Amino acid sequence: MENKKLFSVSTKTIVATGLGAAIFMLLFMFVKVPSPVPETNFQTAYGIAGFFGALFGPIAGGLIAFIGHALSDFAQYGAPWWSWVVASGVSGFIFGLAYKYVDAEKGELTVKDAVIFNVIQIIGNIIAWLVVAPLLDIVIYAEAVNLVFAQGAIAALMNAISCGVIGTILLFIYAKTRTKKGSLNKKN
Amino acid sequence: MKLKVFSYNSKDTPIHKMSGLTKFICFLFLTFAVMFSFDIRAIIGIMFFSLWIFKLSEIKFSQIRLMVIYVAIFLVTNFILSYLFSPEEGVNIYGTRHELFVLFGKYSITLEQFFYQLTKTMKYASVVPLGMIFLLTTNPSEFASALSGIGISYKAAYAVSLTLRYFPDIQRDYNNISMAQQARGLDMSKKAKISHRFKNALLIIIPLILSTLERVNSISNAMDLRGFGKHKKRTWYTGKPFERLDWIAIAVSAAIFLATIALSVFVNHSRFYNPFI
Repeated sequence: MENKKLFSVSTKTIVATGLGAAIFMLLFMFVKVPSPVPETNFQTAYGIAGFFGALFGPIAGGLIAFIGHALSDFAQYGAPWWSWVVASGVSGFIFGLAYKYVDAEKGELTVKDAVIFNVIQIIGNIIAWLVVAPLLDIVIYAEAVNLVFAQGAIAALMNAISCGVIGTILLFIYAKTRTKKGSLNKKN
Repeated sequence: MKLKVFSYNSKDTPIHKMSGLTKFICFLFLTFAVMFSFDIRAIIGIMFFSLWIFKLSEIKFSQIRLMVIYVAIFLVTNFILSYLFSPEEGVNIYGTRHELFVLFGKYSITLEQFFYQLTKTMKYASVVPLGMIFLLTTNPSEFASALSGIGISYKAAYAVSLTLRYFPDIQRDYNNISMAQQARGLDMSKKAKISHRFKNALLIIIPLILSTLERVNSISNAMDLRGFGKHKKRTWYTGKPFERLDWIAIAVSAAIFLATIALSVFVNHSRFYNPFI
């Protein structure tokens, strides 16, 4: 196994970031699964941020969520809501830390890989939506404390579920497309 | 899915002629001024200034109708939620209490709460025209040069321009895959059960991701072959040189930014403007 450096940026990282952000943006705007709580959706886009983060590292994960969220806000509202865009970026960055521990290139995704990925993504969602987003909302817009933490809690839960389900399944399927080490046998 | 995401069209107005970098710097100055200040006089001032620029740039209402609807929905929801969650927030901030009448229980209408929510709504709303001006008068291929112009690493800026370049392709791929899956009997309508929606979304996302990863390989190989990332700096084909108008625009927005800060520091002695004392 090659030694993985968390913060190295190659051309491939840049391209994966650009295209990943385009998918993130598309899903963020159009592919939302409605949840039982009214007026809220499971954002399938965070599954993409988790998947690309685990595959290409924290820089790619963070930029994908940041760029994708900022551009889709621009396209939908005319201006980004920076507090939530920054929180998205932070969550993507933390998802990307899974890059060092989860190896989908080896041909299969073990239970251990899946558990590590999910622990990291849950921590990322908690930090982003229960710390970063509410604090920025309070600092920038002086929103009421109980409102922003209630919104943050819902967002953390929803995003953790969609990142956990979609991200894990994508990693599992991607791993299956890679060739397993030692999968070729010499025929006697 | 027919949404045209960035409906830039080139026109001959002073705003269109400015460099993308100028517009981005002005956008940042003015939005940061609005985000910092809680003084409704400054916010309304900036709002009128941006509406004037809006008029100068000859943006048609049809270009922004959808955005206006989204923003209005957001503002109304936020207004109602803020009140329901914290009806006394304004009283806490301004330190006085002028009650108009009691609605029910702990929910009463106070002047302070109304003023706080009005200020907050204006704060959200006044950023929108600024963003629209930047978005609709700047050629998307100029975004990257504008981003790297304010000191962001050109590699990150290049990622943004790749996003804009490949968004339509990915949107088309998504539509094709979605049609193909529907032809095979996948129910994409709202009639499908919620538990099936996740699965249905995945059945489109998986082929989309796998084909995109192939594409990442070929694009990054092509870029490597052309020597991308060899040097610390690069130039941009679409970057415009600065002219007199650009310097004036930057000076004006910097002045507005500083004036807003000065108003808070020297006149209000806080980020909030308090008319109740």
